[in-house]
Amino acid sequence: MSTPVPNLGAPHPGATSELTVSDGLIAETTEVAAAPGKKKRKRGLGLVFWLATSWLVVVLICAVFADLLPVKDPLTPDVINKLAYPGPDHWLGTDGLGRDTLARLVHGARVSVVISVTAVTIGMVVGGFLGIIAGFFRGKTETVLMTIINIILAFPALVLLLVLLAFVGRSLVVISLIVGFLSIPIYTRVARATTLAVAEREFVRASRTMGAKNSRVLAREILPNVVLPVAAFGLVAMGVVIVLEGTLAFLGLSVQQPAPTWGGMIFDGKRYINEAAHVVLIPSIAMFLTVLSLNLVGDALRTRFDVRGSNL
Amino acid sequence: MYVLRRLPSLLATLFAVSLLTFLMTSLLPGDPALQILGAENATPEAIAEVRAELGLDDPLPVRYLAWIGDALTGDFGRSYRTSEPVAEAIIDRLPVTAEVGILAIIIALLVAIPVGMLSAYRAGTRTDKIISSTSFGLLAVPNFMVAIFLILIFSVTLGILPATGWVNFTDDPVQNLRSALLPALSLAIAEMAVYTRLLRTDMIATLQQDFVTMARVKGVSNRRILFRHALRPSSFSLMTVAGVQVGAIIGGSVVIETLFALPGVGRLLLDSVVQRDLLMVQGVALVIAVSYVVVNFTVDILYSYLDPRISHGRSAARV
Repeated sequence: MSTPVPNLGAPHPGATSELTVSDGLIAETTEVAAAPGKKKRKRGLGLVFWLATSWLVVVLICAVFADLLPVKDPLTPDVINKLAYPGPDHWLGTDGLGRDTLARLVHGARVSVVISVTAVTIGMVVGGFLGIIAGFFRGKTETVLMTIINIILAFPALVLLLVLLAFVGRSLVVISLIVGFLSIPIYTRVARATTLAVAEREFVRASRTMGAKNSRVLAREILPNVVLPVAAFGLVAMGVVIVLEGTLAFLGLSVQQPAPTWGGMIFDGKRYINEAAHVVLIPSIAMFLTVLSLNLVGDALRTRFDVRGSNL
Repeated sequence: MYVLRRLPSLLATLFAVSLLTFLMTSLLPGDPALQILGAENATPEAIAEVRAELGLDDPLPVRYLAWIGDALTGDFGRSYRTSEPVAEAIIDRLPVTAEVGILAIIIALLVAIPVGMLSAYRAGTRTDKIISSTSFGLLAVPNFMVAIFLILIFSVTLGILPATGWVNFTDDPVQNLRSALLPALSLAIAEMAVYTRLLRTDMIATLQQDFVTMARVKGVSNRRILFRHALRPSSFSLMTVAGVQVGAIIGGSVVIETLFALPGVGRLLLDSVVQRDLLMVQGVALVIAVSYVVVNFTVDILYSYLDPRISHGRSAARV
């Protein structure tokens, strides 16, 4: 393969641009935690963590109950109040067609949540499975799997995504599936690295010494210890997927209009940047806060679940 | 030699990448013949004729060999839409993307190296916390958002840099830099955050090593320790990641070139994808993927020069 980078924070080509970014984070948290003289583990998760979690819960509620929440219709134009500033009528103002920004944000959350949850689930389940297999059995299985993975990762992800989208179509389902499929390699690498680390631990050796079969070691020792770090990585990856939807909207390749999506709102709002910057600012802030929260929560959990820390 | 030992792996990757590019665009639905003819002219006979002419009825391996054989001689075919030669279209646009991308990496490194070192040197202090949280926050800002804010600040409010358009370097170097600056900055911000965080982590680890303590004991100045002793051993992951991040920059250039209306490869890819210009998509995707692989191969080689443990095959000791 390429440069030998054995640890969990192994830098590698990202499934998307920022997956690599989050990789830098892995390297960071694990290594700082492992560095001697820096014993900051085991403290509470802190206020910021809970604020971030609360925001994510709000977004999730919006996505699930968008139709029930007391917001205006996201598609009805209010021609008189085009580009209105936030006020009593429209709490967060209106866009270029006079559609209520708050309502569009709430309904747009649904697209972000559906795409990110679906994609991350696919990537995590399939990629996680392959990664555990590769990391546990090593040998030829690992070589073959990782060669394929590295070849897929040799493509800049957005390029692959664009090509697939253009030829396959772009409904919500298709986009979620393709993004999920494309993120499999990155989870494979994370799961493999974690498995390699876990497999070295004494409790695994103990289990083997007591005569446990491969299947038992996998299910009882490896899996429970790999799931959490991979899931924490999945949270960060969710943020990446949300950004990806925004990117697609920018390229005119996201879910078709007039369905509100955050990316679509930012893209539309860009046109009015001279006269009414809030139209682009408000959805940008919503997206930023969501991605930031996912990064914060994912990062905090990953530090907690770090398998390499010898906190025995 | 290390380069020679790695060569087969490079060739294998390049082969696989070209095969994947070919399969991806060939197996997907949509008949190119139909697109060339347009819906009105597409009689079954006409379609059959065009398909025969393009060799679309040949078995896949034959088509692949024909395509890659031509590609190796620099012939990527002609665009179905404009009948412009694909290779020429790419060569025309490559300098724009390369200039913006390289500028972005330079800006990012120029900021990240001193800032990351400062952060590591003052690890745990308020300075470090501010730098760390700022870079953490920047990671959550997508490049298109950065671009919009930069346009808002520098073009709309201050009016000092152009929001769209491109001037060739040969026409006017100053205007060229002005038109490249905002796009490059948009790409650089996220990279900056990545590099800074990475360098900080590695630097903190380096500063705890014995040889640094030794240098301190000998009374070597802090500046000299940081730049002469600690920077090189701390920059290995930075280099690898910078290579890997070229992929992010290429992906980002699709967005940024569209936003700033730059005539680059990213925009060419997007346009040809939208128009389903099959040969153009194949050509551009191949060039992008191959350059990405070659960049990372080069980084790999450079890395082995900087860190001799790698080429001596004792890298496992680093675990």
